[in-house]
Amino acid sequence: MYVVPFRALGLDDIPLAGGKSAHLGDLTQAGFPVPPGFAVTTRAFDAVVAEHVLELVDGLDPEDVAALEARAAQVRDLVESLPVPEEVADAIRHGYALLAEEIGVDRPAVAVRSSAVAEDAADASFAGMQSTYLWLRGADDALAGVRRCWASYFNAEALAYRAQHGGAAGMSVAVQYMVDARVAGVMFTLNPVSGDPSTIAIDASYGLGVTVVGGEVTPDSFLWSKVTRELVRSQVGAKEVECVADPDAGGVLTRPVPDELRSRPCLEPAEVEHLAELGRAVERHYGRPQDLEWAIDRDRDEIFLLQARPETVWAAKRAVAGAGSTAERVAALYLKGGWIKS
Amino acid sequence: MSDGFLNPFEVETPPGAEGWEEMYPYYLLFDPARRESEENRFWFYNGMHFPEPMPAFDMITAESCYLSIGLYQGRVFSIPNVLGIEHRVVNGYVYITSNEVSDPAEIERRLQTFLPRIGFYYENWDTLVARWQVEVDRRIEELAALEVPRLPAIEDEQELIHDHKLGSNYRLMAAYDRAIHLYNELNQLHFELLLLAYGAYLTFFQFCQGAFPDIGLQSMGQMIAGYDTTMMRPDDELKQLAAKAIELGVDGEFADGRSHEDVLAALGESDAGRSWIEELEARKHPWFFMSTGDGFYHHHRAWADDLRLPFAAITGYVAQLREGAELARPKEQLLAARERIAAEYRELLPGEDERKQFDEMLGLCRHVFPHAESHKFFIEHWGTSLFFNKIREVGAVLAENGFFPDAEDVFYLDIHEVHEALSDLGLAWAAGAPARGTVYWPPRVARRKEILAALAEWTPPPALGVVPDVINDPTVQLLWGVTAERLRAWAGGEEGGGIDGYAASPGVVEGVARVVRDVNEIGTVQQGDVLVCPVTAPSWAPVFPKISAAVSDIGGMMSHAAIIAREYGMPAVVGTGHATKRIKTGDRVRVDGDTGTVTILD
Repeated sequence: MYVVPFRALGLDDIPLAGGKSAHLGDLTQAGFPVPPGFAVTTRAFDAVVAEHVLELVDGLDPEDVAALEARAAQVRDLVESLPVPEEVADAIRHGYALLAEEIGVDRPAVAVRSSAVAEDAADASFAGMQSTYLWLRGADDALAGVRRCWASYFNAEALAYRAQHGGAAGMSVAVQYMVDARVAGVMFTLNPVSGDPSTIAIDASYGLGVTVVGGEVTPDSFLWSKVTRELVRSQVGAKEVECVADPDAGGVLTRPVPDELRSRPCLEPAEVEHLAELGRAVERHYGRPQDLEWAIDRDRDEIFLLQARPETVWAAKRAVAGAGSTAERVAALYLKGGWIKS
Repeated sequence: MSDGFLNPFEVETPPGAEGWEEMYPYYLLFDPARRESEENRFWFYNGMHFPEPMPAFDMITAESCYLSIGLYQGRVFSIPNVLGIEHRVVNGYVYITSNEVSDPAEIERRLQTFLPRIGFYYENWDTLVARWQVEVDRRIEELAALEVPRLPAIEDEQELIHDHKLGSNYRLMAAYDRAIHLYNELNQLHFELLLLAYGAYLTFFQFCQGAFPDIGLQSMGQMIAGYDTTMMRPDDELKQLAAKAIELGVDGEFADGRSHEDVLAALGESDAGRSWIEELEARKHPWFFMSTGDGFYHHHRAWADDLRLPFAAITGYVAQLREGAELARPKEQLLAARERIAAEYRELLPGEDERKQFDEMLGLCRHVFPHAESHKFFIEHWGTSLFFNKIREVGAVLAENGFFPDAEDVFYLDIHEVHEALSDLGLAWAAGAPARGTVYWPPRVARRKEILAALAEWTPPPALGVVPDVINDPTVQLLWGVTAERLRAWAGGEEGGGIDGYAASPGVVEGVARVVRDVNEIGTVQQGDVLVCPVTAPSWAPVFPKISAAVSDIGGMMSHAAIIAREYGMPAVVGTGHATKRIKTGDRVRVDGDTGTVTILD
């Protein structure tokens, strides 16, 4: 069980496959458009690094940054140079071959990303658990990407965090067919600024979504009402650059976006609507607001979901209105006071 | 923050309006003897209700409302932290300020009175609405029946000697005083239930804004829409009359641009036409007491007294019916939409507690809010139209006794001056001598007409006095649309090329303006025009399917125009005060119903 395809995964598999892969598996089973892929499970990680590496990072002082940095560099080098057991390497190569067969493409490009095991989303968002390697072709490159993800488990921030908070040991890696994105971005199924759960916020820019996630561009932003099914407002961003496949060197490259494309919205109104309806469907599926990554395929104009996770900031903050009689509520309306403050 | 707004004591009188102060009672003027307290308060221009300079008599519409608002807020309902509203007149325009309670102990005491009283009203709403209706009907009936006697050369033997009636001079004064009282009494009733309907609405509004910060006014309105109100009835009568014209085959007489006199004359020449006129007469009462305005100025006549508007509307409906349009309000659709939208917002609430509260508040809102529309027909339209007409009768008596040339001139005297004039006339008539008023009033009336014309050219600043630290009365923001940003813009003297009003219905539209000052021009409105008009009273409804946005000089967020615009889902900016002066037909304008601004683009 070193490698499991997404379609065989569900939410119960988080300890094995990590949150990212488990959610993608669950979405796949529910019929959502998710590019196919597979999880390299925590067992693979354990087989490679567990025994002789984890003891090196035991008992570290989270305050001692210099020591952490030094130890992290040492461990990362070690992990990247460790021989991968043949059965693990074979499983990953086999998984890649099956993926190529499934989608009918020879040497398909894949994205290799870490998939956090921890349930707590705060864990998932700390540094080191977000490593992503894009547009890798061929089984060997995919395997190399997986090793670099494993190594990222031992960067200094991640070590410090675990030394302080504890947290799950081990990691999984997701290997996913790469969508050649014309437009991509993120979508919150509530307004992340106001917390309004009746709106869907979409940030979009040209090329792969990494520029939006990484803050490298000012994306177009769209705020859509789930109820009126209309745009509440939208803003055209500068969309300075786009990240696309590098056909010569492999991997990706970043290039400027032509002016005429920058000045107009990168999504048509109908695309915003389709995306929003998809977001709403995922939200209904999980029964809570979602933080999604998506992409629209360059050739086929199909929308794909690349990641889904629960929104955590507003989920904890949502206001509970005052109970009581009608008279008490009307009194509260007045007593709230400060309707206008200079 | 800035130093504040223009000092109310430093507002300059526009050229030609010198002496405007004498048109208004002393208690409505800023007074140098209490300058310190008055100049250190925040006053804002109530352009929503009083967008024109006030003819002296019409000041009663403001006075009568503020008598009642303060009565109920401050002294009946005992709203914990809000008392009543004070008003002043500056260069003929009405400025208001809200009085608040700041002592926590006093607020707590007031709250203990407030809770049971308000609770009683909401719990017994239907019974109290029925009681309200009886009280209103009784006063309307009395106002309609009120006799305004003329002054005969010799009194009637039967009346004075055998029936022992009062003399005509006494009865004339009594009739006037009674009319004033009945109007004031109607206005006490005006705010008895209205404030509670607003309270329920604003509570629901605030709940939704808390749960859904991005929710639009329109969605809020849609969750309550679809109810029937008396205010829609007059418009329905016009639709019926249009249908009747087609049924009788006389619809050809209703052509754009034709005067109602011509139409009526033509109809009078055939049996079918006379049948239609009978139908008109049958349907008029009481629905043609509908005012062409919002019921705050004497010159906004009732439909019955100015048939131009209903005839223009009927002409529009006839044309729509001929094209096969369905004139009935899409009530089924509105009800379906309101259920869907409410269900979807409900589902998005975080938990069952919130859903329960949402259900309670929405249920109450739907139950009580229709009154906020319906009351207008009885108070501002029927009652007020009757009242102004009764004053016209008083004016006619004064005019025929030489106080001024025309019965309408009575509206250039304030309510107390009319009382004085009637004393003058009554005495002079009894004495058999000429009244002083016959020389006193004609020059003053002539001068006041000049003053009002000069004041109409003046643009009142949106606020006077100091910038408030805090305003605790939610209605200032939620009904008048005054916000902290707006105050900052006002204090900063931001003018720009924009025309500011109240954001009555959301959305942004650019289009060609069609300025319609007179209802006769209703036929000139083209598909897609931005309608710019003094008031959008309910009988402007026929143009709503044609236009892309509405801009008015008069009206607020709760005005009929605003409610209809929200039902049609088109942007509307109301209460701009002077859009019909600033905008010309053919101008390209941008109407921003989110911020309440209209911009002339070229």
